[in-house]
Amino acid sequence: MSASVPIAWYLILSAVLFSVGVASFLIKRNVITIFLSIELMLNAVNLTFVAFSHMWHQVSGQIFVFFVMVVAAAESAVGLAIIIAIFRTRQTLNVDQVNLMKL
Amino acid sequence: MQLALFLIFGALAVAGAVNLLLQRHPINSALSLVVVMMSLAVLYWSLGAEFLAAAQVIVYSGAIMVLFVFVIMLLNAGEEERTTGSRAAYIAGFPGAAAIFCLLSFVFLSERKALGVANLGGYLNHAVSNISEVSSLLFTKLLLPFEVTSVLILVAILGAVVLARKEQ
Amino acid sequence: MPASYLWLIPLLPFAGFLINGTVGRKLPRALVTAVALLFTAIPAALWVWLWFTMKAAGAPEVINVVSGPPFGSWISITGFQIDFALTVDHLTLIMLGVVTGVGFLIHLYSVGYMAHEEGYWRFFAYLNLFMFFMLILVLAESFLLLFVGWEGVGLASYLLIGFYFKKDSAANAGKKAFIVNRIGDFGFLLAMFLLVAQFGSLSFEHVFNAISANPDWHGGILTAIALLLLVGAAGKSAQIPLYIWLPDAMEGPTPVSALIHAATMVTAGIYMVARCHTLFDRSPYALGVVAIIGAATAIFAACIGLVQHDIKRVLAYSTVSQLGYMFLACGVGAYAAGIFHLLTHAFFKALLFLAAGSVIHALSGEQDMRRMGGLRKHIPVTFWTMTMGVIAIAGLPPWAGFFSKDEILFRTFTSDNPIGKLLWFVGLVTAGMTSFYMFRLWFKTFFGESRFEEADSLTQHGAAVHARSTSTLVLEEDHGRSGHSHVVHESPWIMLGPLVILAILSIIGGWVGVPAAMFGHNEIEHFLEPVFANGSTAEVAITATSHGLELVLAAVSVLTAALGFFIAYTFYYKKPGTAAALAQRAPGLYRIVENKFYIDEIYGALIVTPLLMFTRIFLGGLVDSIVVNGSAKAAGATTKGLSALTSRIQSGNIRSYAGWLALGAAAVLVVMIFGRSLWMH
Repeated sequence: MSASVPIAWYLILSAVLFSVGVASFLIKRNVITIFLSIELMLNAVNLTFVAFSHMWHQVSGQIFVFFVMVVAAAESAVGLAIIIAIFRTRQTLNVDQVNLMKL
Repeated sequence: MQLALFLIFGALAVAGAVNLLLQRHPINSALSLVVVMMSLAVLYWSLGAEFLAAAQVIVYSGAIMVLFVFVIMLLNAGEEERTTGSRAAYIAGFPGAAAIFCLLSFVFLSERKALGVANLGGYLNHAVSNISEVSSLLFTKLLLPFEVTSVLILVAILGAVVLARKEQ
Repeated sequence: MPASYLWLIPLLPFAGFLINGTVGRKLPRALVTAVALLFTAIPAALWVWLWFTMKAAGAPEVINVVSGPPFGSWISITGFQIDFALTVDHLTLIMLGVVTGVGFLIHLYSVGYMAHEEGYWRFFAYLNLFMFFMLILVLAESFLLLFVGWEGVGLASYLLIGFYFKKDSAANAGKKAFIVNRIGDFGFLLAMFLLVAQFGSLSFEHVFNAISANPDWHGGILTAIALLLLVGAAGKSAQIPLYIWLPDAMEGPTPVSALIHAATMVTAGIYMVARCHTLFDRSPYALGVVAIIGAATAIFAACIGLVQHDIKRVLAYSTVSQLGYMFLACGVGAYAAGIFHLLTHAFFKALLFLAAGSVIHALSGEQDMRRMGGLRKHIPVTFWTMTMGVIAIAGLPPWAGFFSKDEILFRTFTSDNPIGKLLWFVGLVTAGMTSFYMFRLWFKTFFGESRFEEADSLTQHGAAVHARSTSTLVLEEDHGRSGHSHVVHESPWIMLGPLVILAILSIIGGWVGVPAAMFGHNEIEHFLEPVFANGSTAEVAITATSHGLELVLAAVSVLTAALGFFIAYTFYYKKPGTAAALAQRAPGLYRIVENKFYIDEIYGALIVTPLLMFTRIFLGGLVDSIVVNGSAKAAGATTKGLSALTSRIQSGNIRSYAGWLALGAAAVLVVMIFGRSLWMH
């Protein structure tokens, strides 16, 4: 049985994942969890790219995903290093307490 | 087959995402995210992006998520306390998130005829493997960005080392 | 002389103003003097050259110069064009001569008079500025350029009246002069608007040709324009009701009074009326108003001048009165006679003011005639020159004033004006009063017992140099320190020289207008004929009978002047107490006249006070604090409020930033999805 799945469904799945990522970004207080939600959002977008690449029968969507992965790797490395630095100075991972830059 | 794969692993991905949201301990959230990524890898494979599926498993879940887990263990992050830091996040954020979701689905649903369908294996029109297609593009037309990304990774390593160093 | 050299005449004094005004403070006195004198002497020389050019056979009667490139035209819009244009005809020649010649003499005099002043460079800068504007006024070929000069001389007058700016009374006098002038200028502006509406142009040639082309055009809008121009002239030439600034203007240094408020600026109004004679001739109503105002001002000012004690005030009211004569002349159509009187008046009035300045200088600042007397022997040159001036203004032949004043009275008597005889009588009485108060001044100043104190008591008296006696200026200390002698002394020759020259002119100046009845050729009338010939409605046919009439009228006016002399002689020389006794008999009347009929107070109560109250209560209290302040505060408060609101976004809290980010992203999505149609045209 080769029932095909409309591409739109993949896209909607990706939208769902993205929104969950945004919501968790807003709700969570632990800075690492916020970072995780960023990764979730990136993944959702990746799914969109792959779906479109399948639709257009072109490989450039997948290339894009490739680059997104590379950048996400670099970004998470640096970001986690920053988190470690923050933890050292502020002794907390609660993002509400990292608010010294208020006006 | 396509449909079954989509339904099962799609549901799994959503469940993992929601679990990320609901868990209080960051390690649980990290592990939920691993589940999401694995399901996404299966979905990529079903969409004909085998290389990406493999890369997702190896790089994303195997390296990046492991890094996250290491950091969580290093910092000995505990359960979250409930603090109320900002009302704007809820007042402005939730409507925003909801709006984003509704807009995106609106667009996708209104164009669903034009988008067509996904067929398992339907991508394989030519007898060229996915990986050689990807690499032939990556190493010819996109060689420069490819090399630049390696520099980017180098920079990121250096940055991470500098930032995370203990103060002397 | 190439016509474009005309521009040098006004521009040289302007250059002098720029030099003295900007760097004059640092320059040595001699250089300031040299600049000022040179840039006034050269225009005078250019005038002489111009004179010979225009008197030569075959010379044009009018020279026109229009500014070309690089200035181009001044205003150029559809339907209206104005250029920087100058014109010289015979009328201009006379005015130029007065302005440059008398102006130069007064510059010379000022070198001596202002020698001890600290604002020496400033004085000459302003004086040169005045010359520039006055020359522009006289040379202008359009109403607009004339108005530039008009306003400019008002400005220069303000600056010079308020020259001793540390004195309140001087500053107030300057303000008063400028403001009252402005009221007149408003009338002038309205006249210009009507001219543009009616003729579409402000150029003299255009307007006057348009009027002349229509010989039957009388009254109506021409009357309106003429009356509005008259308002302007009344402001500038100190006629009723706008004369009040001129007596106060005596706060300025005496050379200023001589130049601006006797010889040149105040005559601008008469010059303007004479220049626009084509317009005025078409409106007998306006001419009548001019004549009546002139006569009324003449007699009114003469009344006030009868009992003034300050020597400069007497001369100021005398100026107002003589200006009234000139207006009277224009009002009955005798423009040439008015200009003739303007010429002779410039000579003898400048002389009188300068001589008065010499007297004041001799007495180290005393201006009150009650504290003068017996100066004849101490300052002989001043005495003799002033005497020439007094006789000239009194109108005794063959001094200058007689011929011009007589011409005016004759033409008034024989004019078409229904009240011409009445106006003549008013003029006659005024002539008598003029003679009286001038000889009163003469006797009180130079004859009789000395009522001034000598030497040191003068400094104790607190008299400051060249200023009124109730001041506490720094100047008085300067004067003491400079080692200037306090003995009554004659002025230096640089001051006496101009006096002598003007005295000679006061004697012979009238001889250019000796009428045919007295076997003269009346050169000035013939000289001005090309200017006033066309359109003049008051041509008097000269016949033998009118010669006899003229002689009779002349005799009557001479007798009146002599009567004035004899009364003054009796009151102030033979029986010195007579005047005081008369004053005792009618103290109320005396006080009213002495206080200038309380006109200033009346104006103050009727106009100034209500205006001030309106401004302070309504405009200041309501409009200013509520509307203006309120809107400014509202603008500030709005910005503060908005910024307070907006700054709350920057809370430092990452999650709130995330919230706003999400909202913004949704907005961008909306724009992208639904806004596509908007920009995808």
